Amino acid sequence: MSILVIAEHDNKTLNGATLNVVAAAQKIGGDITVLVAGSGAQAVADQAAKVAGVSKVLLADNAAYAHQLAENVAALVADLGKGYSHILATTTTTGKNVLPRAAALLDVSMISDIIAVESPKTFKRPIYAGNAIATVQSDEAIVVATVRGTAFDPVAAEGGSAAVETVADVQDAGISKFISEEIVKSERPELTAARIVVSGGRGVGSGENYHTVLDPLADKLGAAQGASRAAVDAGFVPNDMQVGQTGKIVAPDLYIAVGISGAIQHLAGMKDSKVIVAINKDEEAPINAVADYWLVGDLNTVVPELVAKL
Amino acid sequence: MKALVAVKRVVDANVKVRVKPDNSGVDLTNVKMSINPFCEIAVEEAVRLKEKGTVSEIVVVSIGPKEAQEQIRSSMALGADRGILVETTDEIGALEVAKILKGIVEQEKPELILLGKQAIDDDSNQVGQMLGALLGAGQGTFASVVNVTGDKVQVTREVDGGLQTVELNLPAIITTDLRLNEPRYAALPNIMKARKKPLDVKSPADYGVSGTTKLKTVKVEPPAERKAGVQVKSVDELVEKLKNEAKVI
Repeated sequence: MSILVIAEHDNKTLNGATLNVVAAAQKIGGDITVLVAGSGAQAVADQAAKVAGVSKVLLADNAAYAHQLAENVAALVADLGKGYSHILATTTTTGKNVLPRAAALLDVSMISDIIAVESPKTFKRPIYAGNAIATVQSDEAIVVATVRGTAFDPVAAEGGSAAVETVADVQDAGISKFISEEIVKSERPELTAARIVVSGGRGVGSGENYHTVLDPLADKLGAAQGASRAAVDAGFVPNDMQVGQTGKIVAPDLYIAVGISGAIQHLAGMKDSKVIVAINKDEEAPINAVADYWLVGDLNTVVPELVAKL
Repeated sequence: MKALVAVKRVVDANVKVRVKPDNSGVDLTNVKMSINPFCEIAVEEAVRLKEKGTVSEIVVVSIGPKEAQEQIRSSMALGADRGILVETTDEIGALEVAKILKGIVEQEKPELILLGKQAIDDDSNQVGQMLGALLGAGQGTFASVVNVTGDKVQVTREVDGGLQTVELNLPAIITTDLRLNEPRYAALPNIMKARKKPLDVKSPADYGVSGTTKLKTVKVEPPAERKAGVQVKSVDELVEKLKNEAKVI
């Protein structure tokens, strides 16, 4: 078995989610090659070479891959991927954008968002917003899949010593162009990787109140901040903070849901958290059904009290 | 220009599905079905582009059982001009759907192809990207803003960490994210008018697609149940439990 893992990165740093994919690749078993497609991404390739369990790193360094445009990167992945039994990427927006395109170029079906490896050809994945878990078997020659990072413990970032090989393959479809990006700056830990997440919903009332009430709690716990779709749609916080079926999937040690009722779509994004705390004024809120501890009360008084007592 | 919109008939987003006792799938008998919410956003976007004069005709296509006609009619009630139902009850996957759509695109020659970013039943998030690959067309996935100018389209995409804007040559594929727009409701007169709009019924074989998916669903299980939680009466009790019982802080 030979496995190609597509590295997630920003041309400077290897994204930690890649370590979770390598962990999934180890469960499949076989030689693991990491592909770094980027521009000026030598540092990323060097980091990937140190990852435990990686036997080879391929670096495709070209301006065509600078912004991970799917049209170019998928063509590269399909080209290089022909010789592998498995091609894996993370279930991030980049992985979701690129990998299905590469799979179709290879004329194979793809499995999205695997949460467990049963055998090299059989995997588990959630369907219906996580309300059912399907076991799927692939009869394709090449298994192409995205991996849910939170479902696999990351391998060590240090300890490996893979060789870095440069690939000259340049795929530039010339049909798409990067224009601009707006990346939300945050001093807090990254949402999908955080050990503790503090999330606010419609119940926090306003963007101002979200920060007044929840910032001190997140600061005190060193937590990442999340939100429900209602809070994002109401404009309280930007959409990259959304946790749920259509936002980010998190599974921290502690998830504190404040003013969140707990719609199916939100639960899909956080119900694998180890400990869930719900703070809500509604005793009947569906979130309580998945919470380990729930406290009924006004978040405007409960949360500051909690901050004071931590 | 012509726009093609793909819509899928799925379990209504508010239904809590149950896994069948024999683990063969989820129980869909007598469950409310609807148009996939992301597909509804795709229809709405096409209609808005038509209202702006960018799009002149909207063709809506659905692949699935005979009943998927309902979702095509709903799309027509929102403003689509005509429909194509590719009728099949076979278990087909994203790749087969993309191949059928490719056949339709080659016949209809739309400049804009709109799909939802994912269907809320299989949660795959693949068809738009696969169609892009098969057509050799650009893809603007997870779109929250779409601007057509001349023979190009600028798409602002929702990516992890923020937003990214790309420019694609037409024809291009766009898959919609939740924040692209707020779909309208169909008015009764429009529902009546939609009944008279043309709807062609085809089969996958008409587009040279045969066979089913090579992904076999071995079994479907309910997710692991969480241990029942407890209601705490005070902040003190909560802090105490988190420190000493759960040991997470």
